[in-house]
Amino acid sequence: MKEFAKKVRCDILRMIYNAKSGHPGGALSCVDILTVLYKKILNIPLEWDKSIDFKKRDRFILSKGHASPALYAVLANAGYFSTELLNGFRILGSKLQGHPSSRVNLPGIEVSTGSLGQGLSIGVGLALSMRLDNINSKVYVLLGDGEMQEGSVWESLMNANNQKLDNLVIIIDKNRLQIDGTTDEVKTLEPLDEKLKAFGFEVQTIDGHNFEEIETALINAKNSKNLCAIIANTIKGKGVKFMENNVSWHGKAPDKEQLDMALEELNAL
Amino acid sequence: MLSKVEEIKSPRNTYGETLVELGAKNPNIVVLDADLSCSTQTAKFHKAYPERFFNCGIAEQDMMGTAAGLAYGGKTVFASTFAMFATARCLDQIRNTICYSKLNVKIVATHGGITVGEDGASHQALEDIAYMRAIPDMKVMVPADCTEVKQVIEYAANTPGPMYIRIPRTNLKTIFDSSYQFNPNSGVKLRDGKDITLVTNGETLWEVLSAAKSLSEIGIDAEVLHYPVVKPFHHIALKESAQKTKKVVVIENHSIIGGLGSAVCEAICRYCPSKVYRIGTKDTFGQSGEQRQLMEFYGLTDRKIYEKVIEYMDVK
Repeated sequence: MKEFAKKVRCDILRMIYNAKSGHPGGALSCVDILTVLYKKILNIPLEWDKSIDFKKRDRFILSKGHASPALYAVLANAGYFSTELLNGFRILGSKLQGHPSSRVNLPGIEVSTGSLGQGLSIGVGLALSMRLDNINSKVYVLLGDGEMQEGSVWESLMNANNQKLDNLVIIIDKNRLQIDGTTDEVKTLEPLDEKLKAFGFEVQTIDGHNFEEIETALINAKNSKNLCAIIANTIKGKGVKFMENNVSWHGKAPDKEQLDMALEELNAL
Repeated sequence: MLSKVEEIKSPRNTYGETLVELGAKNPNIVVLDADLSCSTQTAKFHKAYPERFFNCGIAEQDMMGTAAGLAYGGKTVFASTFAMFATARCLDQIRNTICYSKLNVKIVATHGGITVGEDGASHQALEDIAYMRAIPDMKVMVPADCTEVKQVIEYAANTPGPMYIRIPRTNLKTIFDSSYQFNPNSGVKLRDGKDITLVTNGETLWEVLSAAKSLSEIGIDAEVLHYPVVKPFHHIALKESAQKTKKVVVIENHSIIGGLGSAVCEAICRYCPSKVYRIGTKDTFGQSGEQRQLMEFYGLTDRKIYEKVIEYMDVK
């Protein structure tokens, strides 16, 4: 998993460098979570909609759609589509849109996201439809912590609790930074765990870069009969020292020198 | 096609009843509401199929996102609340989640237009058609009586993709008899005329037909076109009529900006340049009042339309 995550991080940086735009900080912060999800937890056939088990698959929704390069790199490296496609990220005509699009038929992408605060509602609806159809898989939604400032997220949390959805798992990539500063400076979310508990969630707080902790939390959530939320404490820009905890890398592409420096650091791991 | 018997019926009741009928035939249909199910009449579906009804509470953004998720899971989803809250409140969800993902969600909004009445401007959706029309892949329908409401809802249930259907709060007079067949691919000519073309839909159709009758008594021969489908706009019927009359009036219970009037202007300037007058609310908010008085105030009654058309006929 360590090697996989390293490869994904390098791909993310190359993609954003190629595109001359994108969001490295929030993509790098969720790499380890996505790695564990796709390597250990999610039951999603690599053949995608050509699989006879397609309907029974787990569903993953990246609500923080700006972390798309992380998802694309994970999907490609896991084998859902060719890693060559990664070179087209954000380029005219590419299936790898700036934010995930379900219009382009890219294996692994369920729904379009990008406008924040909407993925959880989609997850709730999807979980409801799966319950109606007796599909016993789960819906996983990855949210950013900054995104939790959207009121619509709290509407969905209320709905999930009201519908007693035991087939929905939410993971919050809590990197504590948003464009204008720290989440505490801009509009604090704290106490996030208490708030989620008050909304009826069973909450686990973990180190979002520790594979074991991530896996254990996700397995607990998978086996739980309650609504589950995982707060994953992460570092924005994780893996590249000059990007780590530096908000200026929220939505900026590295230049060639910075890319080389970052790749060297990652490859030295 | 036009009914000889004039009854007054609630389109919201028709909507609720049609949902129940469709729900019996199609177990895949689910219905969502945002705490207005007694008003929108989705409560009928709730009563009949409680497991397939989801009340999202007073949370329209969440309702539209949840509707999207259910549709993505394969359901045919009807989501209802008042037109004001079914559009402006959750426009981003409708655009970025429902339409961008091209999901099978039917937004059936009741209480469209000025005729919401006494509740006033905060509840009078005068821009909903404009919002919905601007979103790619969104189909927009404004049926005119209960016969048509039923057929439009049935059409929606059997046609994939996002759709916005606007239903008024008011009870509607019967316009169509049982031989009427809703055609999603064309405007409908309901009266032949050679002097002027009157284009409308929704609850103003009855008013326009009544005005046209009065106009004929003073020698003005008005052609009446009903456009229940505002988007995609099918221009043929309009073009044929405008080529003949050279003068078009659009009447709608909506702002003159962005609604049917705009759709007509867009088609006319491309296919058959001619004069178009738009009757609707101007660039303004509504206000409280009894519904008929409001219609009179904003020029939407048969009498006001009659007067306005005479005025336009004199404008060279």
